Amino acid sequence: MTSIMIDMFLLCLLVFIAVMILRTSKLIAVIVMSGGYSLTSAAIFVNLDAVDVAFTEAAVGAGISTVLFLAAMSFLPAEEKVSSKSGSRYSWMLIASIVCVAAGALLVLAALDLPAFGDPNAPAQLHVAPRYLEESGTLLHIPNVVTTVLASYRGFDTLGETIVVFTAGLGVLLLLAGATRTRRPHAADHTSQPKAVSRVGGKTKRGVAK
Amino acid sequence: MLMQLAAIWNYLIVILLMMVGLFLVISSANLVKKLVGLSIFQTSVFLFYITLGRVSGGTAPILTDAPDTLYSNPLPHVLILTAIVVGVATTALGLALILRIKESFGSIEEDEILAAKNESAAADMAQAKPGVEA
Repeated sequence: MTSIMIDMFLLCLLVFIAVMILRTSKLIAVIVMSGGYSLTSAAIFVNLDAVDVAFTEAAVGAGISTVLFLAAMSFLPAEEKVSSKSGSRYSWMLIASIVCVAAGALLVLAALDLPAFGDPNAPAQLHVAPRYLEESGTLLHIPNVVTTVLASYRGFDTLGETIVVFTAGLGVLLLLAGATRTRRPHAADHTSQPKAVSRVGGKTKRGVAK
Repeated sequence: MLMQLAAIWNYLIVILLMMVGLFLVISSANLVKKLVGLSIFQTSVFLFYITLGRVSGGTAPILTDAPDTLYSNPLPHVLILTAIVVGVATTALGLALILRIKESFGSIEEDEILAAKNESAAADMAQAKPGVEA
């Protein structure tokens, strides 16, 4: 019972942080709050017995992504421009909220048919999971079943994941090296951070020189 | 009543978070905020999977010597581990794209980028026209 109470409380905290992110226009604050959001969700994962997911989320979601965002922010303006209160902007917001509410309503309708939270006889619990839990201890001698499934039963998934990460890394390198860059001399003029831009420019020049 | 609410509470919150994330992605003009919205959306999907894998009275799926221990489902945990790492990879790629956009257009606000794009397209047209006639 206590675990359910903790779960409900942390989920409410998560919604609160998400709404605060929605309402803040200072980008550094948004990024730090999204780090807190990841950390709170890691706490929820611990409460839901997913310890491996929790420490990955805490290290990668709250740690590395926040660092990446902050590193990128050193080249970007620190504040969101307050949108001009034009009619098209408002109608766009209206369309966005209608789409979100419609999608949410449909999902709530579908969620009412889902098995109750924590039901041990839910279909998801009866398919392959019992086999993993029974076999893996005697067959592979690794006590952590998540590790066994990740590296052995679903090893190809992990290989695919590695390929995705490699491709993304390659993409980032190609984008930032700027080998295919088209020069726009006027772009550097109307910017408020001359120092940061010159650093990006230096990086790009090296890429072109290669 | 409370038990009935507890049975679907996680699903309701997940849907609410997904709506906030989707709204941020669609409505916010700032590209960094769009990316944060995307990661909120992602985390809501993670929470949904982990909720489905939870067994009440169960424990983390690390084998113990005690017989008849009830474990939570390890399969959603594995899928979400993969998804978290891929999520960071997409975030990094998105940030790299934002940096290049800032470099080319001098802004990370959607409307300003579109305006700059139209402007430069018009300038290109004006430059190209005499060439076509000749």
